[in-house]
Amino acid sequence: METITIKDTIRQVLESILNHNNFEMHDELTAKDVDGWDSLSHMMIITKIEEAFNIKFKLRDLNKLKNMGSLVSVIQSKL
Amino acid sequence: MNLNLSYRELHKLAKDLPRANNAIKIAVLGNHTTNFFCKALENHLLLAGYDPSIFEGDYDQIDMTLIDESSQLYNFNPEFVIVFESTLTIKDNFYAIKSNLDRSQYYKQLSNKAKSRVSHLKNNNCNAKIIYLSYELIDDALYGNLFSKIPHSFYNQLWKANNALINISENENSFYLFDINKHLSGTTNHRDWPAYINSDLHYSIDTFAELSYHVTLFLKALKGNFKKCLILDLDNTIWGGIIGDDGIDNIQVGALGIGKAFTKLQKWVKELKDRGIIISVCSKNNEDVAKTPFLEHSEMILKLEDISVFVANWNNKADNIRYIQEVLNIGFDSMVFIDDNPAERDIVKQSLPLVTVPDLPEDPALYLPYLSSLNLFETASYSDNDKDRTLQYQQEAERRKSITSVTNMDDYLKSLEMVGTIESFKVEDIPRIAQLTQRSNQFNLRTKRYTDEDITRFKNSDNYLTYSIKLKDKFGDYGLISVVILKKINKTTFFIDTWIMSCRVLKRGVEFFALNKIVKDLLNSNISILTGEYLETQKNHLVSDLLDNLSFSKIDEGFKYKLELNHFNPIKNHIS
Repeated sequence: METITIKDTIRQVLESILNHNNFEMHDELTAKDVDGWDSLSHMMIITKIEEAFNIKFKLRDLNKLKNMGSLVSVIQSKL
Repeated sequence: MNLNLSYRELHKLAKDLPRANNAIKIAVLGNHTTNFFCKALENHLLLAGYDPSIFEGDYDQIDMTLIDESSQLYNFNPEFVIVFESTLTIKDNFYAIKSNLDRSQYYKQLSNKAKSRVSHLKNNNCNAKIIYLSYELIDDALYGNLFSKIPHSFYNQLWKANNALINISENENSFYLFDINKHLSGTTNHRDWPAYINSDLHYSIDTFAELSYHVTLFLKALKGNFKKCLILDLDNTIWGGIIGDDGIDNIQVGALGIGKAFTKLQKWVKELKDRGIIISVCSKNNEDVAKTPFLEHSEMILKLEDISVFVANWNNKADNIRYIQEVLNIGFDSMVFIDDNPAERDIVKQSLPLVTVPDLPEDPALYLPYLSSLNLFETASYSDNDKDRTLQYQQEAERRKSITSVTNMDDYLKSLEMVGTIESFKVEDIPRIAQLTQRSNQFNLRTKRYTDEDITRFKNSDNYLTYSIKLKDKFGDYGLISVVILKKINKTTFFIDTWIMSCRVLKRGVEFFALNKIVKDLLNSNISILTGEYLETQKNHLVSDLLDNLSFSKIDEGFKYKLELNHFNPIKNHIS
């Protein structure tokens, strides 16, 4: 799957959970930069991403997640 | 309310709900990350029509929070304290114990902790009920199935600890055990292990959603909102086939065909009836045909005497359920209707949205497992009195018949030959009294819910005068049907803290009978003023003018009242 398609799905997930689109989908984006992306919404985002791509994050995957770029590449590696 | 909501769906549904005017205050104390549980619980309570405030204790600080008299917990003053300990954390604590002897006594540590938590709450004058989640039975697989012979095995200790919690619950009125294991066994993947290691999430967020659904049901029951009546369709619901077409020899119940599935359902219904749930029938049938299996089929578990109200005709089922509701005089929200026919269910759902109408699976083998999974019959109390209720409702149906033949209400009441007793609380009545305070919604002046302990406290205190009222008439004995609790304000004045009555004896003049006796009693103790107030709820409109009818006068524009006892004229009634 192309990076751009993955990013678009992630964007949709974020919008549906956070109810806004005030963020840019660049690789350095982190949770801190996005309104409402806290530890509570984080678990919802992660489970929804798992569902959307039909994947399951392993512990090592979770540990690699630093920013948007790493999220995209972890997802890509599992498809 | 819906059992199968994921955490996210629940979050979406609850987000824009307006808050009802129905506060509930809950503290959640845990030894793991409880914020998802708190959030899901808040959302489920919102869906259930409450305005929840939730106090979340600091991470793994259960005892500190409870011991510290100045802690925010006591400032928050919760109605319920939920203690939610994760077995995964407990396991780490257990492994830190070195000696096998100490390990074999670990369950005592856990149960002593539970006991001391109850006393901390009491010592800090907190009247909250404590809801204790049982320990998840996680086998650490050190001893396999030999665990039961190894007292120092972790799995062995968990079983014993849960058993000890049951013992506490049996002896401690304010302590309720919520069993987590039965809910977890139904869910696959109830834990997300990577998320546990990575974010200390001890259960998956969807599991938190499901647990909080069940906790909400329990809280509703403890708040007095629970199911009282089960209404059954007949054909293809409690037996296989159609009695009007197939005849008594061919309906499937017991050994015949798939009859076993229906028999199992009937046995469960019978157990519910014995526990105090009112069973009614609502069927599209001719009444005599519908009754034949109950009278003549040898393998029917349910008999006619188990059914409080039997309605079989060709009317709309929603109308028939309205009729049942009138006879029983209970709220629609306390009724469950079971019918195999989706169209009938739909009519009832649309016309009577408050009635719970489970979507019965198509396969009768799944009826009972599905119905039990919904956990519809949570309850807050149980008393032996519950068992007799069916007879009382049948007697009420008889009375209804005789009321139509008597035109003059006074004559009717006289013809009932009612005999009342009023006395201060007796020890053996305490559970029934507490139960009345929890169950009664309509004839309830101030809707104060009390536990057995509260009632005992009132009984023994000089600052309270307590009255329980019993009634019987020529049709039968109602038992204890009304409770009045008066609180001392000063030497000459008492205040009506509680006045409740079972709706089974509405319009009988019980309140007049009671007040006459109470006034006499108060005057004998040189008390000259009785004050009272009406606290409005969604359900107690019935008593909005109770104090007016009892000849109290309004103190102000609101609902505060006063009665000068020296000027009181006894009110006429027909109870001797």
